Amino acid sequence: MNNNVIATRTAFGEALVEMAKERKDIVVLDADVATSTKTSIFREAFPERFFEMGIAEQNMMGVAAGMATTQKIIPFAVTFAVFATKRACDQVSISIAYPKLNVKIVGSYGGIPTGKAGATHQAFEDIAIMRAMPNMIVIVPADAVEMKQAVKACVEYNGPVYLRCIRCDTPIIFDKNYKFKWNKGVTLREGKDVTIVSTGIMTPEALIATNILIDQGVDVRLIHLHTIKPIDKDILLKASIETGYIVTVENHSIIGGLGGAVAEILSESEPVLIKRIGIKDIFGESGSLKGLFCKYGLTSKNIVKVVEELIKEKVRKYSYQR
Amino acid sequence: MVFQEKTIEKLENKANAIRKHIIEMISNAEGGHTGGALSIADIMAALYFYILRIDPKNPEWEDRDRVVLSKGHASPAWYAALAERGYFPKEELLTFDHINSRLQGHPDMNKTPGVDMSSGSLGQGISAALGMALAARYLKKTYRTFVILGDGETQEGQVWEAAMTAAHYKLDNLIVILDYNKLQLFGQTNTIMNIEPVIEKWQVFGWNTIEINGHRINEIIQALENAVKFEGKPTIIVAHTIKGKGVSFMENKVEWHALPPTKKQAKQALKELEYLYKKGF
Repeated sequence: MNNNVIATRTAFGEALVEMAKERKDIVVLDADVATSTKTSIFREAFPERFFEMGIAEQNMMGVAAGMATTQKIIPFAVTFAVFATKRACDQVSISIAYPKLNVKIVGSYGGIPTGKAGATHQAFEDIAIMRAMPNMIVIVPADAVEMKQAVKACVEYNGPVYLRCIRCDTPIIFDKNYKFKWNKGVTLREGKDVTIVSTGIMTPEALIATNILIDQGVDVRLIHLHTIKPIDKDILLKASIETGYIVTVENHSIIGGLGGAVAEILSESEPVLIKRIGIKDIFGESGSLKGLFCKYGLTSKNIVKVVEELIKEKVRKYSYQR
Repeated sequence: MVFQEKTIEKLENKANAIRKHIIEMISNAEGGHTGGALSIADIMAALYFYILRIDPKNPEWEDRDRVVLSKGHASPAWYAALAERGYFPKEELLTFDHINSRLQGHPDMNKTPGVDMSSGSLGQGISAALGMALAARYLKKTYRTFVILGDGETQEGQVWEAAMTAAHYKLDNLIVILDYNKLQLFGQTNTIMNIEPVIEKWQVFGWNTIEINGHRINEIIQALENAVKFEGKPTIIVAHTIKGKGVSFMENKVEWHALPPTKKQAKQALKELEYLYKKGF
């Protein structure tokens, strides 16, 4: 990990401009939040390809769908994740996912970071909602490097995608040699004792926790899942068999998101004890970023604590079995 | 403009054929929205046999005029018009609402040739149509987009988001036809939730408005001609219609919103529609 930090929303805005230079079919629709979602960068570069839809997210999703029916335009419908997935949920489902139209839905302000806006603007259920929708792909990049490659992958895929962006600056963990592989999890460290599965901006935090645990002698495996749907089952089943215990970490509710998905997969074929770190079925609140991440246990310190408890449990279980 | 009597007669016959199909399909399926399908039969005939620039042999033709049935529950009227126009065999109409059929209860663009947009959740079709119209301008295409909206449907907030946006972008290539049949599922539209004053509402939202009797073919085609020529604003044709039009015991009866006719009722309806029904139907 180097010391660079950049918000994935900014990386998204920049990536879109880069892609749009080659791909004339990319257009952007935004619902009066362009400076926040960073589609403002796109508007500056390609004003004729930017469509302001006003504060009307439901209509925006339908308009994007209608544009996509021409098969000559790839619309990026961009707004805050709460509005994209909750306010316009039926429009995304019926006008985009059901007809499998080539619309990229971008939810900015995923999870806790909203600039102190609080519960109304914090998306804790967006991954769960979008994951339940047939035909929908769900991608949650970890850093700016991965975001840029994810945007490219989204454009190359013909169908609806939900892409999640984050407001605050986050560390860059991947270098220029990183290759985003569609639907494939990334093993950041091999290990035998326990597996941490993380997504989005919690992966840099999980990486810090992993290094602390390694120093303590715990052989941690770390898997980053940028694609929540379709999920990489093989990497999860292998981890379950080889390490036995799983900890999931996400900047999202523990219900229906990464933790939910991992639990569903493993409980059907390779059940193991799973601890889910994430937002525990509550609405959010305003506050400092550091304060909120601490309060909700989304820190390397808490990941270390949960893993340590799990290891203790593992030792206890094995001593029973003997 | 004076339309040839032959043109009018041809369209009236097509509307009648569409009505017969509607009765047969819904009765056979034992489910479907009879009243609101019958109320748009004349509009469908005028679209598919008069104004639309389409090629039934090439439903995906990129320059074709688009049609969106925002009131998706009237799908039997659309399927009947598409079959009459040659998009698929008329015999297929009787598969309506059956398992594995290409003719779903509500329109599915990936299943039915000629269906340009999936719809069924009210208020959504007009936004998709607006997207098609905006895309036409962006892609420098000359196709027009027609969307049929239900009167009760305009109680959805999304319709007014779309109305505002279409006027903002001055989309004169977008034409809405409002099927103002005055009834919705649970009663009279303006008792359930008053949508009046309709004309004034659309006008202040920035639309060109045309008011017609939605069962008079000459009025429908005149309105469509005027709408496609109008420049600078989107047009709404407010078509006053009768729910269940064409079948005496269904006309203006709220209970026929989603009621399928029994075989006996269908026979009677078809007789009224001068149908030479086959023995055993």
